[in-house]
Amino acid sequence: MSKKLLALTGNDAAAYAMKQINPDVVAAYPITPQTSLMEKFAQFVADGELDTEIVLVESEHSAMSACVGASSAGARVMTATSSQGLALMWEIVYIASSYRLPIVMPLVNRALSGPINIHCDHSDAMGIRDSGWIQLWAENAQEVYDNLLQAIRIAENSDILLPVVVNYDGFIISHAIENMYLYDDAEVKKFVGEYKPKYTLLDPKKPTTFGGFDLPDYYFEHRRQMADAMTKSAKVIADVAKEFSKICGREYKSIEGYKLEDAEVAIVALGSTVGTARAVVDDLREKGIKAGLLKIRMFRPFPENEIADALKHLKAIAVLDRADALNAVGGPLFDEIRAALYKKSTIPVVNYVYGLGGRDMGLLEINKVYSDLAEIAKTGRAKDLVTYLGVRD
Amino acid sequence: MANLKELNKRKEVLCGGHRMCAGCGAPIIVRQMGLSQEIPLVVGSATGCLEVSTTPNPFTAWNCSFVHCAFENSAATVSGAEAAYRSLRHRGKVKEEMRFVALGGDGGTYDIGLQSLSGMLERGQRILYLCYNNEAYMNTGVQRSSATPRGTQTTTAPVGLKSIGKKQYPKDLTGIAVAHRIPFVATASPSHWNDLITKSQKALSVDGPAFMNVISPCPLGWAYPSEKTIEIAKLAVDTCFWPLYEVENGNSWKLSYKPAAKKPITDYLKAQGRFRHLLRPENASVVEEIQKRVDDDWAALLKRCGVEA
Repeated sequence: MSKKLLALTGNDAAAYAMKQINPDVVAAYPITPQTSLMEKFAQFVADGELDTEIVLVESEHSAMSACVGASSAGARVMTATSSQGLALMWEIVYIASSYRLPIVMPLVNRALSGPINIHCDHSDAMGIRDSGWIQLWAENAQEVYDNLLQAIRIAENSDILLPVVVNYDGFIISHAIENMYLYDDAEVKKFVGEYKPKYTLLDPKKPTTFGGFDLPDYYFEHRRQMADAMTKSAKVIADVAKEFSKICGREYKSIEGYKLEDAEVAIVALGSTVGTARAVVDDLREKGIKAGLLKIRMFRPFPENEIADALKHLKAIAVLDRADALNAVGGPLFDEIRAALYKKSTIPVVNYVYGLGGRDMGLLEINKVYSDLAEIAKTGRAKDLVTYLGVRD
Repeated sequence: MANLKELNKRKEVLCGGHRMCAGCGAPIIVRQMGLSQEIPLVVGSATGCLEVSTTPNPFTAWNCSFVHCAFENSAATVSGAEAAYRSLRHRGKVKEEMRFVALGGDGGTYDIGLQSLSGMLERGQRILYLCYNNEAYMNTGVQRSSATPRGTQTTTAPVGLKSIGKKQYPKDLTGIAVAHRIPFVATASPSHWNDLITKSQKALSVDGPAFMNVISPCPLGWAYPSEKTIEIAKLAVDTCFWPLYEVENGNSWKLSYKPAAKKPITDYLKAQGRFRHLLRPENASVVEEIQKRVDDDWAALLKRCGVEA
């Protein structure tokens, strides 16, 4: 294990991961806040630091299409996008996973239009939650880097062969500079290994058809196989994390609690807000309040039982959603956590929709959530199931 | 020039048993294109008749590598495969030489796939994009496209008491491809198989993108007996409705074929049910106008190609 400490932005961290992965093909299109990642990567290629074939396409739809073509041809393939870019490639996002192509994509989370907005929320990622892509979420630049390196191994595992999206918050993580560790090139190269596809377009001795037409007698089985691979991937993700711990020094988990074991109330969240919430938890703990925190790192496959187990001892739970389902019952993370707890506990669970379009989520807002939770824990009743946090009425 | 005796020995890209309609132009065109090569092909296709009819799981009619992704992205998908080929060849992981072909119908090329096609042509990737142009959305039931000729009966621009069918002329997609100044652009017709095969050969030998626009008669959508496909394709060429030419590097125009006697457009129109209504007396002026357009376009083409009228 050898590593060096550097101050990097999240996008730089992703570009370094891609440089060390040295994919065969990268196809991409510029979009804020992903741009500085692809600019940095293109500079690495321009300077001859790696020899990836970059396809600079005319849209994200073509970016994902080129990824499908390249991955069908047996290449190790990456792209990156945000928000509208993902929305435009949405059609092909589903096709990539159904062809079982191990494409890896950093997704720099940004609000979906409209109104048009370039800042962080999670509505882009939630739009592909049922697409058959494995979803990992990063709390900071270090996790962007670490998750991307692990994503290659997860996606390309021959029992899985599903694409992986690595989420991180636009601007908050992508553009903020943090101290983080980069690992030795040779160690990373050895860890990511080589992709050896079973079928490719580039083997004339074994001509293969990709993307055949499924009628009702095959489609359902193919979708079911995807669901099975998704279920199986949880173990692979854990195994890869174990192996990766030899490089990074810690073992990534699908969910990670913070001061959760003896907590009475807790927040569940994705992304950079987890980092802010840690500070609030520390502060509350000093005041003798038993606050805790649960970070979801692996959103797909959804670790239902682990979540239910981690939360079972609490008196009140708040799920934070940086995406709204607009008058469904709360946000998407809330829906799924509530479903995970259904019939396993009677703990009151409430939802806070926050930070849409880059609205700040500071210590003050998170403190309010914990104080609401304290009240709910005391009375056993929640006044509101869903609260919009930090919005003007 | 292709030699029938030699071609006969080559392996076909498409095998029998596919589910295209009897008389469909598309598989004939694809087989002719495929015969131009001995180097193995990677073929991609847009969603459409050809794709659904040649790849019903668990079967495939493709003897070569084949990829279908979606409707509007045949060019982008094959761009990815070609980029992978260059990368893996460079890295020593792929040894054999291969050539790349993207296919699409007129819907997937003129309309929904135009952006993807333009991107591919601009990037200079070594791919032949071949449009099998049956002049409407045949897979979904003969809806109008931007390749549909003026006066055509389609299901979304139908003939009616106040309608002659599609009002507009088709866009000049071949001209759009020429404007990209790519190494090779051509029109072709399955009736002139030698020309089509020779052009495919040329298109796949240039070191960069090539585009071929091939007229593809459709017995169902054009409403004619299925054994007349080649005859109708020939009429399209002999009436100069679908002239055969090629353009190198965006500026070197060459006429491939000049009919000994240019036939009147009515010969072409009356052979197909999709134009039947145009032959009614009240539509005579429309036919006249179409004939003038054909004549003007033909004269302009001859001039560009430096051929005397």
